Amino acid sequence: MSETEKFDAIIIGAGPAGIACAYTLAKAGKEVLVIERADNPGGKNLTGGRLYTYALEMLEEGLSEEAALERKVTHEQIMILSEGRGTTIDYFDSGFSPYEGPPQSYTVLRARFDEWLAGKAEEVGANIVCGIRVDDVIEEAGKIKGIIAGDDEIYSDIVIAADGVNSFIAQRAGLIPDIPASSVGVGVKEIIQLDTSVIEERFHLQDGEGAARMILGCTEGLHGGGFLYTNIDTISLGLVLMPEEVAAAGKPVAELFQEFKNHPAIYPLIAGGSTVEYGAHLVSEDGYHGLPKKLYREGLLLVGDAAGFVINSGYSIRGIDLAILSGIAAANGICASSDIAKAGPQYIKEMEKLNLLPTLKAASGYRDLLNIPRIYSNYPYLANDFLGNLFTVNGEVAAPMKKSLKALLKKHNISFWQLFKDGLRGYRAL
Amino acid sequence: MSIEKMTTTELLSLNKFNVDEEEAHIILDKNICAKCDDKPCLYVCPALLYKLDKDGNISFDYAGCLECGTCRLVCKAKGITKWVYPRGTFGVSFRYG
Ligand SMILES: Cc1cc2nc3c(=O)[nH]c(=O)nc-3n(C[C@H](O)[C@H](O)[C@H](O)COP(=O)(O)OP(=O)(O)OC[C@H]3O[C@@H](n4cnc5c(N)ncnc54)[C@H](O)[C@@H]3O)c2cc1C
Ligand code: SF4
Repeated sequence: MSETEKFDAIIIGAGPAGIACAYTLAKAGKEVLVIERADNPGGKNLTGGRLYTYALEMLEEGLSEEAALERKVTHEQIMILSEGRGTTIDYFDSGFSPYEGPPQSYTVLRARFDEWLAGKAEEVGANIVCGIRVDDVIEEAGKIKGIIAGDDEIYSDIVIAADGVNSFIAQRAGLIPDIPASSVGVGVKEIIQLDTSVIEERFHLQDGEGAARMILGCTEGLHGGGFLYTNIDTISLGLVLMPEEVAAAGKPVAELFQEFKNHPAIYPLIAGGSTVEYGAHLVSEDGYHGLPKKLYREGLLLVGDAAGFVINSGYSIRGIDLAILSGIAAANGICASSDIAKAGPQYIKEMEKLNLLPTLKAASGYRDLLNIPRIYSNYPYLANDFLGNLFTVNGEVAAPMKKSLKALLKKHNISFWQLFKDGLRGYRAL
Repeated sequence: MSIEKMTTTELLSLNKFNVDEEEAHIILDKNICAKCDDKPCLYVCPALLYKLDKDGNISFDYAGCLECGTCRLVCKAKGITKWVYPRGTFGVSFRYG
């Protein structure tokens, strides 16, 4: 293709970041090409997952109503496991699912959702081609001018790297170094099919309602945690772990996951179901601290996971909504720049306007909190032991609560001083 | 099939794969792997595709790869000499994700 036939923008990757960008650009009348390596949009994509609808609504009002989503989340749950025990906090809020306006969040399966969203972008004029892997960017005189896929070279005014957490494009363009193993978690997940009525009974859900559950204390003390999301007729059950820690512990991720699945407080939730898929994906863990120094260079913008836009607070993971926002911001930045060389700085401004960078910054303390190793073993085990003592009635004279707590702190190797320091660290982080 | 403890072989058989028989997307240099003491790949691969054969050498088959990229990141000895996403349309296709 000659220079004169070039596209206004080429977007690498048809995940939520890439599609949101394509949608916004196409609606503004730009000639956009999205290139995706999977057979269908979403075919390579895996999440926890839940999607916060505000981001879809920002893309287009009313979009979340027709979106390919699973259940509206009305039950926010935190589960603390230790050997043979479990504590679940279940926060129900009917306000998360108001009668007017869209529910705050839905559980989601990405193969379906991404394909649906891509279809929406096509309706407003975006070109999406699947089954093609982009191998490199074209660089001329210090500027990115297009992309290379196999023997094809395609030119555009600007390229958007929306290729996800393991962004080879951002690396090739020199915007990020190779990602360090310590900055990512590896997520493994099974999709377990169950009857709709069984799911609703087991999780106390009304028609269409759903539960989102984060699980602590299920990683044999390693940094990480589990998640469970109820979909329409499946359950997403997964575990996220830090690869280097797993390697040092010498226990395979796959095995840790199967043990988690068989925990006596987890298994009854999925019993009788059948697993229909097994997947894995990386997730950025460093949040604001891990953002690349530069999110653009002339001719190239980084969006979504390629830019490291993920917030993991321990009680929720957010990446899809941030991916959508960054895609919109990139498109707005491009449209607002009559001189395409200014699109990068304008993109940053647009992200400020959409509160994306401020949101990431405000959540920057979570990483410190989640780096306290005791969160993954000592504290969850202590909590369950404490409740265990509380509920134990066996005919013996119960020790005073204070004394029992003191003994438990000792058992779990936690000094008052340590508890105080961690409390302070947590307080500061939040 | 009971869904209690499942092996990765059972789990991977549930997925949709289109294996690229002509081009491996991950290649190892077994000589380097032989000198690596830690062998983190044995533990981090969710598909358990890295195995030790009876002589203690790494054996690996890229069919069944979930394309997560974890093995590449932990391979400090650089025994993984090639790691790219499979060519377009090849590899795993998630039906749920
Ligand atoms: C286990 C786990 C649980 C999570 N839970 C949640 C959750 O509950 N809620 C939430 O909001 N977020 C969650 N996240 C994070 C969220 O999934 C990501 O932040 C989000 O998917 C990022 O979207 P993206 O569009 O930037 O990247 P992706 O969705 O990864 O899309 C990148 C796209 O680029 C394509 N691609 C890559 N390289 C090339 C190439 N060279 N050529 C062509 N195409 C290419 C890929 O095939 C893919 O389609 C979770 C992540 C994980 C791993
Ligand atoms: S990319 Fe992931 S699934 Fe594939 S071999 Fe490496 S660790 Fe295993």
